[in-house]
Amino acid sequence: MAIPKVEELRHAVANEPNLFTGAIPKKDWQDSFTEFKEGNFAYPAKPEMVEYHKFPNPRIWSPTDDDWKLPDGWEDIILQGLKERLGKFRSLKVFMDICVRCGACADKCHFFLGTGDPKNMPVLRAELLRSVYRNEFSVGRKILSKMQGNRPMTVKVLKEWFMYAYQCTECRRCSVFCPYGIDTAEVTMMLRELLHLVGVGINWILEPAANSNRTGNHMGLQPHTFKENIGYLVDDIKDITGVDVHPTFNRKGAEILFITPSADVFAEPGIYTAMGYLLLFEHIGLDYTFSTYASEGGNFGLFTSNEMMKKLNAKMYAEAKRLGVKWILGGECGHMWRVLHQYMDTMNGPADFLEVPKSPITGTVFDNAKSTKMVHISEFTADLIKHNKLKLDPQRNAHRVPTFHDSCNPARAMGLMDEPRYILDHVVPKWYEMNENCIREKTYCCGSGTGLNTGEIMELRMRAGLPRANAVQDVNQRFGVNCLANVCAIDRATLTALMEYWLPPTGDDPMATTDVPVAGISELVGNALIMDGEIENRDQGLRFEELVTAETEG
Amino acid sequence: MKVLRPIIAVIALIVAGGVLGMSQGTQMLVGVILPSIAFLVFIVGIIRKVVDWSKSPVPFKIPTTCGQAKSLSFIKEDRFDCPNSKSDVIVRMILEIFLFRSLFRNTNAGVKSGDLPKLHYGPSLWLWLFGIMFHYTFLVIVLRHLRLFTEPVLPGIGLLEYFDGFVQVGAPVLYQSDLIFMGAITALFIRRLIMPQIRYISLDTDYFPLLLIFSIGATGMLMRHYFRVDVTGIKELTMGIVTLNWTNPGTIHPIFFIHVTLVSTLMIYFPFSKLTHAAGIFFSPTRNMANDSRATRHINPWNDPNIKPHSYADYEDEFRQFMVDADIPVEKELPPAPAAEKKEEVTE
Amino acid sequence: MYDKGKVLIGLAIFLVLALSVVGYNMTAGDNKKPEPEKPKGYTACVKSTDYMKSSHMVLLNEWRDEVIREGKREMVKTPEGIMVEKSLQNGCMHCHTSKVKFCDRCHEYASVKPYCWDCHLAPVEPADGKEAI
Repeated sequence: MAIPKVEELRHAVANEPNLFTGAIPKKDWQDSFTEFKEGNFAYPAKPEMVEYHKFPNPRIWSPTDDDWKLPDGWEDIILQGLKERLGKFRSLKVFMDICVRCGACADKCHFFLGTGDPKNMPVLRAELLRSVYRNEFSVGRKILSKMQGNRPMTVKVLKEWFMYAYQCTECRRCSVFCPYGIDTAEVTMMLRELLHLVGVGINWILEPAANSNRTGNHMGLQPHTFKENIGYLVDDIKDITGVDVHPTFNRKGAEILFITPSADVFAEPGIYTAMGYLLLFEHIGLDYTFSTYASEGGNFGLFTSNEMMKKLNAKMYAEAKRLGVKWILGGECGHMWRVLHQYMDTMNGPADFLEVPKSPITGTVFDNAKSTKMVHISEFTADLIKHNKLKLDPQRNAHRVPTFHDSCNPARAMGLMDEPRYILDHVVPKWYEMNENCIREKTYCCGSGTGLNTGEIMELRMRAGLPRANAVQDVNQRFGVNCLANVCAIDRATLTALMEYWLPPTGDDPMATTDVPVAGISELVGNALIMDGEIENRDQGLRFEELVTAETEG
Repeated sequence: MKVLRPIIAVIALIVAGGVLGMSQGTQMLVGVILPSIAFLVFIVGIIRKVVDWSKSPVPFKIPTTCGQAKSLSFIKEDRFDCPNSKSDVIVRMILEIFLFRSLFRNTNAGVKSGDLPKLHYGPSLWLWLFGIMFHYTFLVIVLRHLRLFTEPVLPGIGLLEYFDGFVQVGAPVLYQSDLIFMGAITALFIRRLIMPQIRYISLDTDYFPLLLIFSIGATGMLMRHYFRVDVTGIKELTMGIVTLNWTNPGTIHPIFFIHVTLVSTLMIYFPFSKLTHAAGIFFSPTRNMANDSRATRHINPWNDPNIKPHSYADYEDEFRQFMVDADIPVEKELPPAPAAEKKEEVTE
Repeated sequence: MYDKGKVLIGLAIFLVLALSVVGYNMTAGDNKKPEPEKPKGYTACVKSTDYMKSSHMVLLNEWRDEVIREGKREMVKTPEGIMVEKSLQNGCMHCHTSKVKFCDRCHEYASVKPYCWDCHLAPVEPADGKEAI
């Protein structure tokens, strides 16, 4: 899909007339429907993927078709599904009833800011479902239908659900500002679950979910490939630092099982983060193992249905039990930590076969994870730094001036904000915060979360990522920020694309793809570590980039 | 159109209340029976709604964390925006309910055109301010009305009236709460009309309660300051309602019956509309739960124990050969005969 | 989970608050229409009874402004031909001698606290009446 040149999109987002720039659409939202065209939808799930998950109605179809080949009686299936979910989720019931449409959420959504599409205002995204809910379940629906803005469940409405349930990244920014805490993520999750009931889903979610189920990870890396990939990283570490690191796989009796998103062992720039983990664990002599069976921290089930989330997540405890580890350490990832922090214990606990996590190096007991028994790598690393267990030379990151991007889920569904910042304070000489409206609980999504980081909707992604890119650009111009640090594997992939688009390289490095490359916090940690037995005057960073050491500076 | 229908509806209610309030015969109906029924509908309706919500479980612990969580000892936790204990949650809820904490965060985003689009954010406290002014003055007004429903008048009500009228303008004295209330409700209404985004999302059912409440306030003030209705007569009637000893003194101006019709409509409308946010805020799982889900296991009553992961045994069966070749430990050894490579291309 | 206990407590609080008014009046004495004691020997005030009932406070305000701010001290005549001074204490209370038995009866019932007595001294009432506030 061709994406507009950055100059064009820059002009468009600020000047095209839409509800964000101040133009009121002529038609009421109940009566206006956006057409599907190449570029504004993610490709539907392939029939074999739908079949693999035993979801209903596998078929070849396209959103641009008039006929979506929905099953007979699909309206009833949806309404029954809605009724069932109203009975299972109090959040849904309450959120359907109590919105006063005050509009506080309207300009908080990155999709709305980037597209100006009224239905990307969280309040209207939820109204897409609410209008049907009221039509079916509200008192007085017969007489007040028009006044309540109700709509019957029609094909047009269903198509609209598909469009806007996949233009929401469940980032929860709106729920921070809502006076009643209405969380659009809950609404989007329900919409997606309902759509799956009639065989409407996207391939970019169902395929990684299928891979994860079968091979253990989204990337579909089979056990030997997974090990081999990490082997390459071991080799690179040897080349750069002269140090041998010793990861193990599926090793019974290890103290700790380490699980990270598979993207970290597969693609740039995630692999540098993985190298950071490897160096760190070697540095402290951690007794840990990877698992090829539970080789995925992420969980695309979260973007599909709660049942799928549970099924995929269940591997972690199953593997921890099989290997007989004491507790689980989790790598840097956003939605992974939403699942681990808010869902795992409820869905697949109690993990009574594990021990309360205790750092074998510092003796710190992680009471905040005493039931789930899973600790975030940033919590673990910050504790090591606090206890002076790491030999760090921040100057090794002197060529980097980072800013920190809070990922949606750690920030708004976990409250992990200051641990990564504490680490940053100790591994780089200097770093800067972005605009206060764009960080911490008010952070902006990368624009491509919840399984939307697929190529065919690139323009949409770049628009949705604009608020984040804008804030980065601001600190780039003001402070010379040249590194976007984060603790999320999806961010490492999606922010890279975002930075390459909105902040193309202006320097004279022919290899550079952007002015602000993206790096995981653990990469910065690994790069700053002074390893035992490392080569003298190490002059390369983990990306084989030249280091600006004290010596070269003179 | 969306604002027209509610205007017509409210005018119709005013006319109906006025007409019925003009003759002695129907005054009883609209002044006594209607509000009695309305009050019952209000109470039963709210309870029904709350019970309905409670029938659905909260399957997962999903607080929205708006600050640093409790973690390591040297990381400063933000107790009330990211509560970790019951008491912290209570404080968070109090801040939310009494100070509209979340709305206080409100910002206003805009985009500046130019060579580069530049997003900017300004504080936007108007909604918070009008909202809080409206709700608190509404509370004061409701409490002040208790003088008409208690005999002897509840202690404290007199004091409240005294402070509410302490500028001593006019006779009967003007209450500040009335002015703030009317100002705030007007502002909330105008906001819906003139702000493009808010106008676009507004439904009839958003304008209707605002217009209804505005009319309630307006008729109330007219009664006090313009018509100067027979207050002792009104108290006779209202006391009759609450002591179930219905009476109509017959000396009350029709404006009173308009006021009562509108108030009754509000009470009846309340439990079936968005106004249930007053009760719903207590039920919001993103606000009323502690962020301790890794420390304390939350139970989901419908958690399905039959959902199992793709088992390790099946996984190893599929990949055993590769695992052995790559020196990855396995549970079962390879069968003596070389196994044929199974290829099930699911990926790529 | 359902939080049944908390919901029930919440509902109980709501019910108690909503119905407290009914309960309060059941326990608290009688609800009698107030009957201000009218002065004996007079049949009419300076204006009609209806007007006086609803708007005496307006008239008093007007009198205050006329007398104190504009110096218009001329007397007002009742239908019976009695000349009344534009004054609370020397006019109104010339006939309505008791604050307790006249003013307070309705004012207390309707919880009205006029600020007349912020400046004016309340008359000393006979021992059988209530103590003036």
